[in-house]
Amino acid sequence: MKKTVFFGALTVAGLAAGVAAAGTLDDVKARGKLNCGVTTGLVGFAAPDANGEWDGFDASVCRAVAAAVLGDPQAVEFVPTTGKTRFTALASGEIDMLARNTTWTFSRDVDLKFEFVGVNYYDGQGFMVPKDLGVSSAKELDGATVCIQTGTTTELNLADFFRANNISYEPVPIETNAEAQQQYLAGACDVYTTDASGLAATRASFEDPAGHVLLPEIISKEPLGPLVRHGDNEWGDVVRWTLNALISAEELGVTSANIADMAAAAGNNPEINRMMGTEGNLGEMLGLDADWAVKAVSAGGNYGELFEKNIGENTPVGLARGLNGQWTDGGLLYSPPFR
Amino acid sequence: MTTLTDPPRESFRLSMLIYDTRYRSITFQIIALIAFLTLIGWIINNTAQNLADLGKEPSFRFLSEPAGYDINQRLIDYTSQSTHLRAAFVGLLNTLLVAVMGCALATVLGVFIGVLRLSKNWVVSRIMTVYVEMFRNVPVLLWIVLIMAIMIETLPAPRAFKGDSPDATMKLFDTIALTNRGAYAPEPLFTRSLGDLHLFGQSSLNFNISLDLLVLLVVFFGGLFVSRKIKTRADKIQESTGERPTTWYLRLGVVVVPIIIVLIALGFHLGYPELKGFNFKGGTYMRNSLIALWLALSLYTAAFIAEIVRAGILAISHGQTEAAGALGLRPGRIMNLVVLPQALRIIIPPLISQYLNLTKNSSLAIAVGYMDITGTLGGITLNQTGRELETLLLLMLIYLCISLSISMVMNWYNKRVALVER
Repeated sequence: MKKTVFFGALTVAGLAAGVAAAGTLDDVKARGKLNCGVTTGLVGFAAPDANGEWDGFDASVCRAVAAAVLGDPQAVEFVPTTGKTRFTALASGEIDMLARNTTWTFSRDVDLKFEFVGVNYYDGQGFMVPKDLGVSSAKELDGATVCIQTGTTTELNLADFFRANNISYEPVPIETNAEAQQQYLAGACDVYTTDASGLAATRASFEDPAGHVLLPEIISKEPLGPLVRHGDNEWGDVVRWTLNALISAEELGVTSANIADMAAAAGNNPEINRMMGTEGNLGEMLGLDADWAVKAVSAGGNYGELFEKNIGENTPVGLARGLNGQWTDGGLLYSPPFR
Repeated sequence: MTTLTDPPRESFRLSMLIYDTRYRSITFQIIALIAFLTLIGWIINNTAQNLADLGKEPSFRFLSEPAGYDINQRLIDYTSQSTHLRAAFVGLLNTLLVAVMGCALATVLGVFIGVLRLSKNWVVSRIMTVYVEMFRNVPVLLWIVLIMAIMIETLPAPRAFKGDSPDATMKLFDTIALTNRGAYAPEPLFTRSLGDLHLFGQSSLNFNISLDLLVLLVVFFGGLFVSRKIKTRADKIQESTGERPTTWYLRLGVVVVPIIIVLIALGFHLGYPELKGFNFKGGTYMRNSLIALWLALSLYTAAFIAEIVRAGILAISHGQTEAAGALGLRPGRIMNLVVLPQALRIIIPPLISQYLNLTKNSSLAIAVGYMDITGTLGGITLNQTGRELETLLLLMLIYLCISLSISMVMNWYNKRVALVER
């Protein structure tokens, strides 16, 4: 009899574990906090500011999701992850979503069983060298020592690039951006390679940013975006449409300044109305409040505002919109319609 | 009325499993075993079930796929197109390299420091105490990172060697270059090389052994063997006549002369490192990560070995030292001939576990980017293929094999030197 009870208990425990893994949205609501995986610190994308508050372009996506789901952009538990630990953290359920400049690739999407909900930054892998090295092209790097963050797509792109150009190099694998920065500045490696946006962000934190140049070659496509676990489509939809709301808001001219007015009463643009929840029931379909998108955009502003504030041309990182402009401006940002 | 002379034959009842002391302990042990096995079975079943739910059935097929990444330190041929298995093999050799180098240096340092800590010289023994306490009580990871940081920040970059009046110059008659990327030393080259011996053909585990090295090793050990023979002969002469013939030049000669002859025959010369482009080319290159890891592991483990050696020496009764002194032996000979041989018997068992610790600690290599087996198979391969369970199981199996092999060899050695009691 006791054995039966024992096995019964085991079965119940097993079932409970199975159920718990299914509904991330309910989990987050019950917990009252969103566990969001970010980098260990990359200025402009995700780094703690002087007060210890996480801030940056990727961190803002976490805050927007927290605002949409919980109504509070501060209800985020930021979990710093390295290139190596991020996927394990997400797969194991330690974090609910990962917003850590992670490249959307086939094998990560299909084989690693993750779901990329969209792209929040179109990037490519570049090289940074000290100016006094006198190098003007990545093809002149024969025999150079290259610092790379291990466990990233850059590691594979780098091997492909040097093999394709039939030149040799000496890889120095490194865990975090901070270590790479230290080794690069000490001259332990000639070149630092990672996503061009990351290079710009890293260079911005140098004492002498002008002493370092980014080489013209961009050797890969790196669409960076937030991702969630495979198989929980409701939660994937929430994160996907929060990101789309940020992008659409910019396209439709909804900013953190005018959103309060627009959300107060239905206007004459039906798509804005649907997004703001003054018309239709999109929020209900997602399992959220009607004004979920209002909260998401109010958290830090629309996509354009977040870009300008964190990594835009007036910040130390100084990135141009380029590919990351709205499709109406010749960029690649194109949110599906809110209908 | 009948009387019973025999005690009644007890029939076995089920309740006796609990109430009879003869069976009770066995009953409980069997129950505990069943519960334990059930628990393990449940854990394995649960893991397999969850992985299946995720659509990730355990599979080792990834091992034969191209790795796609480069490894800086490789003792065997490897390109980014080699398989993950090959990458793991490269990592395994790197682990073994640093483990062997570390064990050797740690033993030498440890014995030295352990003996000096017992020195009658107050300053020397105190310095050694400080050394032991300092290294023993700080986590080895910190030592690894510290040594790496010191090397990166204090040594010059290769760029500093450039120009007509460079900031940095090569040491030891322009033969050794110390940079913050590592040390470059001259390498042995042979103009009339015998080539390589190819093992395991085309498989992922194939590797080459230099025939030159093999020949040199054979000649060296042959020389040692002959040298030993000369010693036994000298011993015999000493025993029968009481006079020992002088043999040191003969013994040295039979080892050194054949090696020199072979080296000349092979056309031995040194290849010096030279600054070309971004880095030094030629010569033997010891990466800063290898040096940092090797030094940190050796210094750390040496502190423990020193304590083991000290304990071993103190365990030999002082009367033995006094007796040896009474026979007229000098302190150095007392240590070498009387104390150490006996102390060794006490030292070796704990020494085994220090060697195992050092080998396992080498998995901290990733902190400085040294590509050991944890860095390749358990790091990049794990990350690029997403096969956490498979790679980690494989990794555990490999470390288990390495550790058991070390134990086996050391236990065999221990049996040989252990006190044979009659």
